[in-house]
Amino acid sequence: MSKCKTSSEVGGMGHSVKRKEDARFIRGQGNYVDDVVRPGMVFMDIVRSPYAHAKIKSINTEKALAHPGVAAVITGETLKEYNLHMMPTLMSDTQMVLPIDKVCYQSQEVAAVIGTDRYAVADGIELVEVEYEPLPVVVDPFKATDPDAPIIRDDKEGQESNHIWHWEEGDKEATAEIFNNSDVVVKERIYIPRIHVASIETCGCVSEFDKATGQLTVWMTTQAPHAIRTVLALVAGHVGLQEDKIRVISPDIGGGFGGKVPVYPGYVIAIAASVVTGLPVKWIEDRRENLQADSFARDYHMDCEIAADKDGTLNGLRIKTLADNGYADAAANPSKYPAGMFSICTGSYDFKNAFVEVDGVYTNKPPGGVAYRCSFRVTEAVHAIERMVDMVADEIMMDAAELRMKNFIPKDAFPYHSPTGWEYDSGDYHAALQLAMDNIGYDKLLEEQKEKRERGEFMGIGICSFTEVVGAGPSKDFDILGIKMFDSSEIRIHPTGKAIARFGTKSQGQGHETTYAQIIAEELGIPYTDVSVEEGDTDTAPYGLGTYASRSTPTAGAAAAMACRKIKAKAKKIAAHLLETSEEDLEWEVGKFSVKGVPDKAVTIQDIAFAAYTNHPQGLEAGLEATHYYDPPNLTFPFGSYIAVVDIDSGTGEVKVRRFMAVDDCGNIINPMIVEGQIHGGLTQGLAPALFEEISYDEEGNMTGGSFMEYLVPTAVETPHWETDKTITPSPHHPIGAKGVGESPTVGAPPAIVNAVVDALSHLGVKHIDIPITPEKVWRAIHKKEVA
Amino acid sequence: MIAYKFDYKVANSIEEAFSMLSSAGDAGSFISGGHSLVPAMKLRLAEPETLIDISKIPGMSGVAIEDGFITIGGLVTHAEVASSYIIKESCPGLAECAGVIGDAQVRNKGTIGGNVAHADPGSDYPGALIAFGATICLSSSEGSREIAAENFFTGLFDTAKEQGEIVTAVKVPVASSSAYAKFPNPASRYAVVGVGVALNMENSTCQSIIIGVTGAADHAYRAKESESILNGSELEENNIEKAASAVSESKEMMNDLVASADYRTHLCGVMLKRAIAKAKYRS
Repeated sequence: MSKCKTSSEVGGMGHSVKRKEDARFIRGQGNYVDDVVRPGMVFMDIVRSPYAHAKIKSINTEKALAHPGVAAVITGETLKEYNLHMMPTLMSDTQMVLPIDKVCYQSQEVAAVIGTDRYAVADGIELVEVEYEPLPVVVDPFKATDPDAPIIRDDKEGQESNHIWHWEEGDKEATAEIFNNSDVVVKERIYIPRIHVASIETCGCVSEFDKATGQLTVWMTTQAPHAIRTVLALVAGHVGLQEDKIRVISPDIGGGFGGKVPVYPGYVIAIAASVVTGLPVKWIEDRRENLQADSFARDYHMDCEIAADKDGTLNGLRIKTLADNGYADAAANPSKYPAGMFSICTGSYDFKNAFVEVDGVYTNKPPGGVAYRCSFRVTEAVHAIERMVDMVADEIMMDAAELRMKNFIPKDAFPYHSPTGWEYDSGDYHAALQLAMDNIGYDKLLEEQKEKRERGEFMGIGICSFTEVVGAGPSKDFDILGIKMFDSSEIRIHPTGKAIARFGTKSQGQGHETTYAQIIAEELGIPYTDVSVEEGDTDTAPYGLGTYASRSTPTAGAAAAMACRKIKAKAKKIAAHLLETSEEDLEWEVGKFSVKGVPDKAVTIQDIAFAAYTNHPQGLEAGLEATHYYDPPNLTFPFGSYIAVVDIDSGTGEVKVRRFMAVDDCGNIINPMIVEGQIHGGLTQGLAPALFEEISYDEEGNMTGGSFMEYLVPTAVETPHWETDKTITPSPHHPIGAKGVGESPTVGAPPAIVNAVVDALSHLGVKHIDIPITPEKVWRAIHKKEVA
Repeated sequence: MIAYKFDYKVANSIEEAFSMLSSAGDAGSFISGGHSLVPAMKLRLAEPETLIDISKIPGMSGVAIEDGFITIGGLVTHAEVASSYIIKESCPGLAECAGVIGDAQVRNKGTIGGNVAHADPGSDYPGALIAFGATICLSSSEGSREIAAENFFTGLFDTAKEQGEIVTAVKVPVASSSAYAKFPNPASRYAVVGVGVALNMENSTCQSIIIGVTGAADHAYRAKESESILNGSELEENNIEKAASAVSESKEMMNDLVASADYRTHLCGVMLKRAIAKAKYRS
């Protein structure tokens, strides 16, 4: 979109207006959960298990209760009285809130201490005496289904192994046939390790129960307040917490990235504590608790195979994946998709066929599988395909860009039906890769690399041409715990022409207060500065499934446009009344209706709004407002091509990303500045797992490196200069032609960087390195040493 | 991440600090920048009942040079060492070392006295101070003494400092051909391996070289084997390679998430080569 329809004062789509929310954030005046203070508020801290798998023989709370300031200790037995010791996960699995007889992962919640201040409860948790009897531990997911492996979920009826689910997509026989008839087959086991979203704000809540009215208010770090309220009503309805008596408020949120979608035991315990005591209870995790116990992301072991012809034609793809879910399947995928959208793994390429299967298993590790800035396992899928395509290029000695260009789904093939069942809405993959190559000077880089290689220097160029799938989703396929994945917008135009708009989503930094206002500005011509945007309070906002998986613009953004169109339809009736003409004689130009051929005879949207309350036509309802629940007809398919250039220090093995060119296509753009910011942040969160981040466990199930002293979340120091550009291929089915964008860079960056590193070392025979590519791994690859 | 309850006292003189410590007993601890002690307290790994803040004591701040020795007060921050003109001119390797400790916040708060007293195996200063022939100055209620850096670092978080002693100053001889090379832990920025080199070249011959290594083993050490390979040589490539292979001194290398023992051994050699190159350039 090169030309904006609205003036910069109106600030509709395409204007890089400054973010309205930043006025409070840059002044330090945001209001986060930990800023919430209630009269008589008490504090909660949590006793956590030192063992990954152990029987609980006894819990003695005497000493803790005797500590000054400690008011109560809550254990599994306390919660069991209310049948609140177990809860459902979003994947219809179950997990403990607090244990009765055993713990299943290190740092699991064992008991909670309530007291007058944070210091008292921090002391109190050390005084709770828990006697454990260690049990054998399952750490390696490949050993989880061994016949002699201990059954972790012996609490579940009929659970006779640690296998949870099997899921597959594509045509197994037809794909096998393709593999039998192709010249080239390339195979690799690719591991995407556990990582953590590590949002700057950890999780927490303030729960306040009014015994007189039976009203529960919970300020909570959640990306999905409405869904959380419904889950709470389902979990605790039997103790009187009906949905109409529950108000969930998600105030300002300091980063979510998928980690604030699940319901954590801490929330439920704090709620139970406030219901029992009648006091407001605050619980805020510390950084170590957040890293060690909250839901992880990734942890997929993928056996990948591609069948191709010698000329580089990609024929078939086969991936068999083992998903390590930890103690419970606590991912936040849509119900029908236990492995999320992993079957998007055929990527940007026109494969003849593909077969994908995933098995989920339990291990003695924290539960999860959240979609960390990634639309439900798309990061894993893109990593697999983009690494494998490079391996094919290496095998047949073809340039990696040329191989991609040869196999891209052509522009005129959209809508494209993939072998694993997706209908890609739109794309122009050749254009995006070509632009990235032109921008970065691909041919010159190849020459430079050749010269450097002759001098013994390691330089690599890596490409990733990803296809994303975001905006869950159409109600026929997408639900979480049965709730369909629509989203909503409710817009009210005030008499003076200003507006308030409320949404079922919840910004955690994405800039919704600005971008939603811009959509409304675009549709109605009301300046974006005249539109207040509210989200996150279940008492006031319309129902929606929240913000994650790049779904806000595809769903709630679309709902805003549709609600505006309802408003415009009514505005037209009022305009006809005011201009004493018929609706057919009116034409719309941003912000006003005028009589066709008589441009001077016009009424602005502000005039119309005033009339809606002061001079509305007889027979028409007063007021000017609309609500829309948008059920998308399809997902949106953003894409892009990234090129990374890396230099490797041959002495230490350190990787330096010298250049990174990111060409993104997210359809029509609402606010280019915000999109660019999203891309910068996402690329940095893609750099992180590529080079730095991994959560690992020792044989006993102890987490190795559970603090920022070991777990490197990149800062400005580690982050290279990002170069960005775009192509624009509007989504044909979205009301404003937009797609999601927040996750594309997180998904696309890691394989580009890995491909560059492997490229730098390919002449030494290096074929693949698992992320994170640490200096030691590179050193071992250079010196052909086994990875320790 | 909340420490146990503790008392906090401010000492206005060194005598007052000693008397406060003596009344606090074993559960008392000195604190200056707090960049090692406070994190340990927050993790409840350290539980002092009384913190005695020595950062206001006069006479332990500032950098001075006299008779070929630089005296750095125990309270001098890493940022001050990194930016001191005296140190940059007279012992550039030490300024270089201080400039790569942690991050800006750490360098602005952490002090040289606290750093050497804590003796974290991944600390940068110990390797540099050994190489540059520094002396650690200690005081207690019993009196003062001085000890060579080479003999000061004795084990994992262990030094020759007695309970009740304060590191009042560090003295470093002028060493214009000094350098420090470091491979940082990417997350914590502690040294995975750090190598300090002080070089004395005459007519392209190495008259003397001292090498200090930190991060690699449980405490910083002097790499005498490598020194003897290089002493009297012209620092030819094959000698440097030999010295690089010997610099781990057959010591037991640390092994952690960031670097295995054999990778550390390799890094010792790489960092030695880089430190020598820089020191030679400065000679």
